[in-house]
Amino acid sequence: MTGFLSALPGAVSQGLIWGIMAIGVYITYKILDIADLTVDGSFCTGGAVFVMLFGSGANLWLALLAALLAGMLAGLVTGLLHTVCGIPAILAGILTQLGLYSVNMAIMDFKASVALSITNGETLNKLLVSLRFVKGALDGSFPFWRHPIIVVGLFTAVLIGVLYWFFGTELGAALRATGSNQNMARAQGINTDRTKVLGLVISNGLVALSGALLCQYNGANEINVGRGAIVIGLAAVIIGEVLLGKVFRNFALKLLTVSIGAIIYYIVLQVVLALGLNPNYLKFLSALVVAVFLTIPYWKGKYFAKPVKRGGDANA
Amino acid sequence: MLEIKNVYKTFNAGTVNEKTALQNLCLHLNPGEFCTVIGGNGAGKSTMLNAVAGVWPVDEGQIIIGGEDVTKLPEYKRAAYLGRVFQDPMMGTAPTMQIEENLALAARRGKSRTLRASITRAEREEYAERLKILDLGLEDRLTSKVGLLSGGQRQALTLLMATLKQPKLLLLDEHTAALDPKTAAKVLDATDRIVEKDRLTTLMITHNMRDAIAHGDRLIMMYNGHIVVDVSGEEKKRLTVEQLLALFSQASGSDEADDKLLLS
Ligand SMILES: Nc1ncnc2c1ncn2[C@@H]1O[C@H](COP(=O)(O)OP(=O)(O)O)[C@@H](O)[C@H]1O
Ligand SMILES: [Mg+2]
Repeated sequence: MTGFLSALPGAVSQGLIWGIMAIGVYITYKILDIADLTVDGSFCTGGAVFVMLFGSGANLWLALLAALLAGMLAGLVTGLLHTVCGIPAILAGILTQLGLYSVNMAIMDFKASVALSITNGETLNKLLVSLRFVKGALDGSFPFWRHPIIVVGLFTAVLIGVLYWFFGTELGAALRATGSNQNMARAQGINTDRTKVLGLVISNGLVALSGALLCQYNGANEINVGRGAIVIGLAAVIIGEVLLGKVFRNFALKLLTVSIGAIIYYIVLQVVLALGLNPNYLKFLSALVVAVFLTIPYWKGKYFAKPVKRGGDANA
Repeated sequence: MLEIKNVYKTFNAGTVNEKTALQNLCLHLNPGEFCTVIGGNGAGKSTMLNAVAGVWPVDEGQIIIGGEDVTKLPEYKRAAYLGRVFQDPMMGTAPTMQIEENLALAARRGKSRTLRASITRAEREEYAERLKILDLGLEDRLTSKVGLLSGGQRQALTLLMATLKQPKLLLLDEHTAALDPKTAAKVLDATDRIVEKDRLTTLMITHNMRDAIAHGDRLIMMYNGHIVVDVSGEEKKRLTVEQLLALFSQASGSDEADDKLLLS
């Protein structure tokens, strides 16, 4: 029990970081109605770009910006494969993801893992987040406000604010309309190819940003860090929706719900680990959880349907 | 206002499913003309409207809207000139968005979408005012999700969206066919009022011959991918269903036409 409790701040911190990735997944999966598998690759791209740039002495914010742009570029590739080349969205994402493995390796100088020199106090002090701050902020070796929960929480709040603003603009509304009804969007003069590409670009930018934060948190970036990211993202989206979907209706709160979903996901992981599960089975467990939670609403609609009003839409 | 010149369209060319849906189709609509379109199932009525809207490119021929050749323009660009209502009530609105958001999207048809607010307070007031013409009480439900509306309400909303910014051409594809008779009459009524108010050039497909005669100032009948009957003015006003059937048999050279038309 004490083991679990002492692991809690770390779990929340990690959940918050992955929550940013999950918000990216929310944009494609929920708003645009596209299952985008690019994220498994672009998450690592973000970390890779960050670790190489920051490691070679670049400014932290510059390295973060570069990571964001690299993720956006990955989203752009998937978007163009889908819209210009006519490849189904799922396959387009898989192709980019596969290609990114080589790209990520190349970025990381063909090493499977690149570490930040956090044993160097000066370097560590420059980082935005680190596993070391989780304890350090509490025992006084670092100021309390450097606790990852505070830093990433603030980061997330700013991102949600920006996204809330964006999806309230004409362009953002066009993107939402594309996901809601493509036919209507085109009839209202919206270039749906362009809005889809834009959505994928924004989403993968967030995913890469999240990857860059996790790389700092772990003090290293590994080539396989993003494997299964899409499933974690979906899990966060679904957990948040099931638990808070009825309470939070405002768009900003819905994004917050995703972040909370990711935190819960990581707390549950800690519980399961504390219960003595072999960490090897975590991926299986994640896949199972997502499969079950995706099944429930479908079966509910199919076998236990209440008479629904005509024109109703479960997607609302 | 609309000029369709010798348009051909064949679906699934070169396969066993090959179907020539439009064959040397020609049509000229004057500004302000309200033309109803009838014809049997598969005559090419929807295909004609889709060709005008640019859902896919045509094989041959030209489409000119308001003097501009739009034959090569993609669907989303032609939308600037067009208002469309579809047969399926689900097709014309975004179900996960609010009534006012749907209207705001329609108000920006043909303009580039910027980073300005997607809807302003002044617009909200305007939309509430505009919704009154539908007489469905939607003006009190501006922030309701459209997915919660009935088929008839959605169709009426789509009609308002199509005409919010005066289109050069209004395309209605059996837009009341999926509604119950009472709702259908209401939506058709709203259509008449809106078309009249703004003097909109309109193409309205209907499977109901009485509606085709009662509405609009011109009537065309399609058969085999082109127009076989075209009446307007006094002649159209005096038209009866029986005469229409006779005209059809004459044009198509077949007697089974009667059932085909009546039943479809
Ligand atoms: N997208 C399409 N693909 C293949 N065939 C089509 C398509 N749209 C229409 N058709 C065919 O073209 C013919 C005319 O269809 P349509 O214009 O929908 O007829 P209607 O006059 O009943 O509206 C029909 O035979 C139909 O099956
Ligand atoms: Mg039709």
